[in-house]
Amino acid sequence: MKFSEQWLREWVNPSIGSQELMDQITMAGLEVDGFEPVAGEFTGVVVGEVLSVTPHPDADKLRVCQVSDGTQTVQVVCGAPNVRDGLKVPFAVVGAVLPGNFKIKKAKLRGQPSEGMLCSESELALSENHDGLMELPADAPTGQDVAEYLKLNDITIDVDLTPNRSDCLSIRGLAREVSVLNHLVTNTPEIVAVEAVHSEVPDIRVEAPTGCPRYLGRILRNVNLQAETPLWMQEKLRRSGIRSIDAAVDVTNYVMLELGQPMHAFDRDEIAGGIVVRMASTGEKLVLLDGQEVALTPDTLVIADHEKPVAIAGVMGGEHSGVSAKTRDLVLESAYFDPITLAGKARQFGLHTDASHRFERGVDYQLARDAMERATRLLMEIVGGEPGEIVEVASNDRLPEARIIDLREQRLASVLGLTIHRTTVEEILSRLGLHVDKLLKDGWRISVPSFRPDISIEEDLIEEVGRIYGYNNLPVTEPTGSLGLKARDEAVRPLSAIRNFFVAQGYQEAITYSFVDPKVQQMLDPEREGIALANPISADLSVMRTTLWSGLLKTVIHNQNRQQPRIRMFETGLRFEKNGADINQQPMLAGVVAGNQTQENWVNGRRTADFFDVKGELESLFRLLGIEIQFVASQHPALHPGQTAELLRNGEHVGWLGTLHPQVQKNLELNGTILMFELFLDSIVTGYVPNFKDVSKFPEVRRDLAIIIGSDVAFAQVEHVARKHAGEHLTALRVFDVYEGDNLGEGNRSLALSLFWQHPERTLNEDEVHSLFNGVIEALQEELEATLRS
Amino acid sequence: MENLEQLVQDGLNAVEQADNLQALDHIRVEYLGKKGVITQQAKTLGKLSADERPAAGQKINEAKGQVEQAINTRRTDLEKVALEAKLAGESIDVTLPGRGQDLGGLHPVTRTLQRIEDIFARAGYSVEQGPEIEDDYHNFEALNIPGHHPARAMHDTFYFDPGTLLRTHTSPVQIRTMEAGKPPFRMICPGRVYRCDSDMTHTPMFHQVEGLLVEKNVSFADLKSTVEEFLRVFFERDLKVRFRPSYFPFTEPSAEVDIEWGREPDGSIKWLEVMGCGMVHPKVFEHCGIDAEEYRGFAFGLGVERLAMLRYGVKDLRMFFENDLRFLRQFR
Repeated sequence: MKFSEQWLREWVNPSIGSQELMDQITMAGLEVDGFEPVAGEFTGVVVGEVLSVTPHPDADKLRVCQVSDGTQTVQVVCGAPNVRDGLKVPFAVVGAVLPGNFKIKKAKLRGQPSEGMLCSESELALSENHDGLMELPADAPTGQDVAEYLKLNDITIDVDLTPNRSDCLSIRGLAREVSVLNHLVTNTPEIVAVEAVHSEVPDIRVEAPTGCPRYLGRILRNVNLQAETPLWMQEKLRRSGIRSIDAAVDVTNYVMLELGQPMHAFDRDEIAGGIVVRMASTGEKLVLLDGQEVALTPDTLVIADHEKPVAIAGVMGGEHSGVSAKTRDLVLESAYFDPITLAGKARQFGLHTDASHRFERGVDYQLARDAMERATRLLMEIVGGEPGEIVEVASNDRLPEARIIDLREQRLASVLGLTIHRTTVEEILSRLGLHVDKLLKDGWRISVPSFRPDISIEEDLIEEVGRIYGYNNLPVTEPTGSLGLKARDEAVRPLSAIRNFFVAQGYQEAITYSFVDPKVQQMLDPEREGIALANPISADLSVMRTTLWSGLLKTVIHNQNRQQPRIRMFETGLRFEKNGADINQQPMLAGVVAGNQTQENWVNGRRTADFFDVKGELESLFRLLGIEIQFVASQHPALHPGQTAELLRNGEHVGWLGTLHPQVQKNLELNGTILMFELFLDSIVTGYVPNFKDVSKFPEVRRDLAIIIGSDVAFAQVEHVARKHAGEHLTALRVFDVYEGDNLGEGNRSLALSLFWQHPERTLNEDEVHSLFNGVIEALQEELEATLRS
Repeated sequence: MENLEQLVQDGLNAVEQADNLQALDHIRVEYLGKKGVITQQAKTLGKLSADERPAAGQKINEAKGQVEQAINTRRTDLEKVALEAKLAGESIDVTLPGRGQDLGGLHPVTRTLQRIEDIFARAGYSVEQGPEIEDDYHNFEALNIPGHHPARAMHDTFYFDPGTLLRTHTSPVQIRTMEAGKPPFRMICPGRVYRCDSDMTHTPMFHQVEGLLVEKNVSFADLKSTVEEFLRVFFERDLKVRFRPSYFPFTEPSAEVDIEWGREPDGSIKWLEVMGCGMVHPKVFEHCGIDAEEYRGFAFGLGVERLAMLRYGVKDLRMFFENDLRFLRQFR
């Protein structure tokens, strides 16, 4: 909400400067977002009076004027269309400096001397308006400094109010806060009922009392809407960010800003029969004041006449029934609309108005009559007219209930952590308008005024006391409480250990968006459909990721495009998958590797990372986690058909490792070989708690063998057969050479293995080892058709 | 016996002349070996009378000792020279860079999250996680934000369908944890959150840490100390902290927290908003089946990227999610 500091100070004027005032209300919970002067910086501008206007002899659009600055008359050449005899205007005399450091000097315009300049609003940085000269009232004293005359020593303050503080959406409410903070009394304008001079009243029927528990109407006859809104009112509106339209609209806006009650004025001649407050019917349409036609829905509260809707209640009036310069009789509306009925209605029609903003947050439900009287009186002062009686239709059982809340002294002290003196509490409450009905043994019975819809429970009162007492005046104490120890499963490795492992392996952690480009994801995970957002920020961030690869590969593209050929990145986070009516949200660990395995160095390092580099890193991770994982040759749509391993733990799928499919790589415009892995974190984080076994004191025996075997026989098979026949004392089996060459024959390769045996309680004898070793060789020969390499 | 002295003198001279360990060993054998010239002198003892023998024997031993000591000294010297020569040949350019895997690094958001988690874990807070696709009830209703509430406009929510959404804060994790357990509680809920907003200062995904403490006797004063201490520990500075009344549907009283961050041009303190906090609203307790008369609680929430930007001087929020290696590598 924007407001003029001067206007606020008319209500309550603490002896503190502007900055201090803004700090004060900020610290009371009404955050000041900013402020700006109400006009540009200028000097030497006075109220000038145009004494005569004659055409310029050599220019069609210019006029030569004689202007009085109060002491002398000078000639000024002016091009504004509205310059005329007798007009009072801001006059920048020779020597004046206008906003933007624009100096006014003597000049000649098309041969005619001109001493000074007549100003528009934009030239004084009062507004953007540069349609013509700013017209000052006829009674403006010629010669007076304009800044002084317009009281321009003022700022517009913008407060960013939280949605609970609807009471501060008015000068009245802000003044109340400032008066509480400064122990002052506000100067409230006296509101006296206007006496009716005729007996015409509007016919009002409220058919939707839940949405409209109170509706007041009054007829104001024979008004003159040609009458200009007085400058002081226009200025207050302007300084509150509202443009002057005409007297009827300006007054209703003024009362809304001043008291907080949104109002509306209808042209009585356009109201057929009378006013009906009802829900809209399906198919009804309304052209709003802003010109747009909206289709109303049955949950829309409308103001209608006997034929048609004329306004969306509490949001915006209709064009047809709006007032114009020709309007003779007004029907004034002042109502209380239910916030829940109005919630979201403005947004439904793409609107957000000053009225809807207030009604949605809650207007003082007892304010409508005062506002009506205030508006009537102001209108009569400007446009004249004959007021009738107010008609009020109220459903008392639908109006908010008067709230009585008990505040317990003990509760107040224990929530705030401080016992505040009783008289201080009572003073704070009563200054806020929270009436102490009754002193209780252990506290107070408070009745909440109608202008504070946000206060409904004891905690709300506690906040009010704390807020005014000052949060920063409350003590600071350390919390005390239970210090029980929590369970900690030793077999489960914390995520931080996994992250640190990858960091030590040269991986950089990435964090990518959880929503991704469905086109990219389709290439990587065609079998799963990403869950689509109903309102995505853009098409390339519109479905939830089913694999972390979708985001990681995008970061590879980003970095490859920025001269970063060597990329090692990992990410942890959820992936999202539909599972019937449910959604699986599973924590994943994924990585991508592109470019050289190590940073290029002076010995080597120009070797591109391959499958076995990454596999080795994962194997180290699994040792860290204390788990055993099998790598099984498999197929995945995103991966190279010959370089894909499915990872199994005890036969259960835990993830994938492979080389990105060259076709996908090409489609995504990625460079070079890219290795990728993705694992289900929950499946790998639980390992084991170590269980000590005696260290064998006896020697370990090693035997090596080299076999020639079909290339289609996986090493895993070789290992499986060897282990099966190597007996229980085999401690390790390693491959120390893999060779493929022409001399081995087509489709063959050679594997060199070393086997290690050790007995826990004695030295193994030569015969035992020999027999186990031969058993292994024979099994490999028989079961896998291996031949011993000589 | 003059002969013995001459032998010793010859031996010492030879030792002195020896310029390598092999030559020295030859001299040792020549003089002190079983058939060495000095050793052989012992044979002459037989020709002497019993009275003369001990003195003569001692002289031979002394002679042996003299030569032996000279050999040992010389050996040490020669060994030293030999080692030095060997080492000289083995010298390397130690200024050449080392080889091996380069170090990676944590994302600055993770680094900041871990720091925050660590600070609170030491005060007994548990770290709780929850789903990111949430239901309306846990994200809004249970937090005292009913459907018509104007505060919903404060959350630009990503929806899947009217009842399913991406969580707009990590508060629903607090609800789920309270639903599943019994007070007291002391937890923080770190994680990704989502708002339908993207510009210079907003990314549609960011990270929050929300904290919650529920005890029988906890006050706003306790909240103040927790928040103040956290900010001072996090920034490792004795900065000024102020609490400004504010509004969150799930806390009452509620406050925004500002920290001192430099000076305004006019010399006054420049305040930066960094956190929100408050006492848990009784409605929230009611939704979780906790008796608000018996227990009270405080809650606080902060934006991780915001703290990371302040801590590390990052100027542009969006860089956190571009994952540009040249940015990320600065946070190892």
